[in-house]
Amino acid sequence: MLDTASPAAKAPATATTPADAPAASAAPRPPLWRREALALALFAFFAVAPAIAQVGAEGYLLSLVIRAMIFAIAALSLDLILGYGALVSFGHAAFVGIGCYAVGILMAHAVPDIFVQLLVTLVASALFAFVTGAISLRTKGVYFIMITLAFGQMVYFLTTSLAPYGGDDGLTLPSRSTVLGTDVLENDTVFYYLVLACLVGVYALLRAIVGSRFGRVLRGTKENAVRMQAIGYDPYRYQLAAYVIAGMIAGLAGFLLANQLEFVSPAFISWQRSGELIIMVVLGGMGTLTGAIVGAMSFLFLEEILARITQDWKLIFGPLLVLVALFARGGILGFFRRAK
Amino acid sequence: MSVILELRNLRKNYGALAVTDDVSLSVEAGELHAVIGPNGAGKTTLIHQISGLAPSDSGAILFDGQDVTHAPMHERVRAGLARSFQITSILPGFSARENVATAVQARSGSSFRFFGDPSRERALDDEAMEALATVGLTARADIVAGQLSHGEKRQLELAIALATRPKLLLLDEPLAGTGREESERVVETLQGLKNRYTIVLIEHDMEAVFALADRVSVLVYGRVIATGAPEVVRADAAVREAYLGEEAA
Amino acid sequence: MYTTLILVQTLNGLQFGIILFLIAAGLTLVFGVMDFINLAHGVQYMIGAYFAFAFTTWTGNFGLGLLLALPTALAFGLLLEALVFRHLYDKDHLEQVLATFGIILFLNQGVKVIWGSSPLFVPVPDFLQGSIVLFEGFFYPVYRLAIIGAGLAVAALLYVLVNYTRAGMLVRAGATNAKMVAALGVDIRRLFMIVFGFGAMLAGFAGAMVAPILSVEPGMGDNLLILAFVVIVIGGIGSIRGAFLAALIIGLVDTLGRTFAGDVLRLFLEPGAASTIGRAVAPMLIYILMAAVLFFRPAGLFPVKR
Repeated sequence: MLDTASPAAKAPATATTPADAPAASAAPRPPLWRREALALALFAFFAVAPAIAQVGAEGYLLSLVIRAMIFAIAALSLDLILGYGALVSFGHAAFVGIGCYAVGILMAHAVPDIFVQLLVTLVASALFAFVTGAISLRTKGVYFIMITLAFGQMVYFLTTSLAPYGGDDGLTLPSRSTVLGTDVLENDTVFYYLVLACLVGVYALLRAIVGSRFGRVLRGTKENAVRMQAIGYDPYRYQLAAYVIAGMIAGLAGFLLANQLEFVSPAFISWQRSGELIIMVVLGGMGTLTGAIVGAMSFLFLEEILARITQDWKLIFGPLLVLVALFARGGILGFFRRAK
Repeated sequence: MSVILELRNLRKNYGALAVTDDVSLSVEAGELHAVIGPNGAGKTTLIHQISGLAPSDSGAILFDGQDVTHAPMHERVRAGLARSFQITSILPGFSARENVATAVQARSGSSFRFFGDPSRERALDDEAMEALATVGLTARADIVAGQLSHGEKRQLELAIALATRPKLLLLDEPLAGTGREESERVVETLQGLKNRYTIVLIEHDMEAVFALADRVSVLVYGRVIATGAPEVVRADAAVREAYLGEEAA
Repeated sequence: MYTTLILVQTLNGLQFGIILFLIAAGLTLVFGVMDFINLAHGVQYMIGAYFAFAFTTWTGNFGLGLLLALPTALAFGLLLEALVFRHLYDKDHLEQVLATFGIILFLNQGVKVIWGSSPLFVPVPDFLQGSIVLFEGFFYPVYRLAIIGAGLAVAALLYVLVNYTRAGMLVRAGATNAKMVAALGVDIRRLFMIVFGFGAMLAGFAGAMVAPILSVEPGMGDNLLILAFVVIVIGGIGSIRGAFLAALIIGLVDTLGRTFAGDVLRLFLEPGAASTIGRAVAPMLIYILMAAVLFFRPAGLFPVKR
């Protein structure tokens, strides 16, 4: 029922053959730099952006780009399950929230060390993903969307009731995480490149995963779950594993977000935030990974640009989303691919 | 000869309707056993029950010495029970080669490997190409499966089933919806598979079946009314009345 | 004293459930018949409240305002259908989510531009002012009773429409198998349009009815949308009967839970912990309920047979 004809499914199969395969096979696949041209261009842009921003002397630009990269990480993780696994999670912001609150709560208890915080973030989001995923994956289609929404809302309301940690109002952090006792992350440039490193790392990891044996099973399940069962796979186990991986990466995004803003709030976990993550992925073009980055960037930059033109920017942004849904099948990447 | 698949008093009801009504059947290793019956006889439901897509209400399914009555489909496949679908079931976005390689992968090593490109695994690829060669699709290996012709998709589905290295092949109306020429090609392929695999063939097209099958079972309204060699079944009075008579009329 | 509190909160829960039903009824039909995820259903509730405000202010009479708000909400729903939704029926769910999310942004901002972002208030009409004594020592606001009454009347009307009219029969058939209905030569597009407009009007009606007891503000439909989704999922997508019962259950569980969760927990825990945990658990109750229902009955309590 859900997106049986996704851009991934429509894209020509990558004719991947070992170099010494029989002559009947198709051309060898292009080299890495050509396959990943767009991703490399995006990363190059991110790498030089601080230098450009310096010229304009506008610190807020840098923080906008950091935010875009953090949401790109969250969107990438959603693309793994949504774009490659056809699992429409409507509660993905909960994982971002778990990352945020792991940092916030540990900070409040004077545990500022980055490694401890990261470990707690990853373990907590993995556990939450495992338990909720194990339950949610029993349902299909629309019911999966709704049950993930329910779990997202539970986390949302849980955080609003955490009175010792700010409740509704959120929690201001005393500082960023410390690295081996130093406050090196307080330096915005250092933090910027940490986020960029995470983004590149996550992208590379996910690119490897979707192209691996595991990724093949995940993609196959999206194509035709019954067929996968009929050749001996139990789709549930693979989908659950993907759900846990995606949850952990989204938790990492939350960890970074809390550090950037030095503030955490239930507002990061509301259903609208989960909706925005879906929209970033669909907007960019799902099932492509690069699309998730493009989607997150477009979403946040467009928001920023429109907001500078008019305070009623949503009057323009809303209809834009409608137009994309109506006319840009496969999101921004799909649009350009067809235009070529 | 040894029995590889045995159905004991298998039942399945949809509401008040008995779709599979006390079916007992045994398939011997190496034979091509055809199950024929008019439309609505419950053939597809029976194959769903054997393959594990539909649960059985009562009775038992023994496969290769194991009771698989309640085993999920993927476990039955791993035990050696492969099937094709009446409505072609492939991975439409994958190339033909990757369709088959995915089936090979399912039984060779863990699929919880997150690194490394499986399309570069020679072992998977070679076996996939071998299965494609068996069904005559070598030249179409790198075509996206969704773009293959209907007949080619049927051939591909057969290759996928073969790639699971089955002890028993369950084929659900492989001739359904194929044109004359295509159906001849399918029959030819089946001839080639016969004697190499144990096959349960569910089919509506009787002429093809009588030419191919070692034994034939006739299913009418969820009941097996006759089992035996083709010429014996063809001569059976009950069969002539229930099935052939209907066809002739 | 305590019994009175329970009774009052039970009635409040019913009233809330009725409002939820009015919103969920349209949503479940749009979802069940058209297989269409309409996130913008909540803003139609908001729009109804704003229309009620505008017309009540203009005419100086809530009754007249309500009477004008209804056809306007219907017209607005049909306009949206023609402009946007009609072109989304054939798209997949994610594209529907994208587009209807865009509509939420647009309309939430739109009402801000027109009416400002501060909450607006609609006076309770004179003849429904005050409280009445239901029995000795037990007062209840007349207006809330009126909401319950009106909601039950609409539910009855819907029941008749869906079960005893040709359009209703088509809607039921459509919820079961839309392709089959189309194959019967029914103009499925027109059926969709009617269902959609009707659903929008019901949501608008709910918004108009609550305008005098809640503040009318941008984004007021966002959280109710999610509650309405909870209702239709628990009730079984496409089932009006399921939506009605689930709406009442959700209304009661949510209202009573928020009031009494702490008290109930006090039976097991020491008071401080009980009230802390109670406050935390109360808003989560309905989501826990939904997850539990889906776990045990993956197609809801009253699945439409397919």
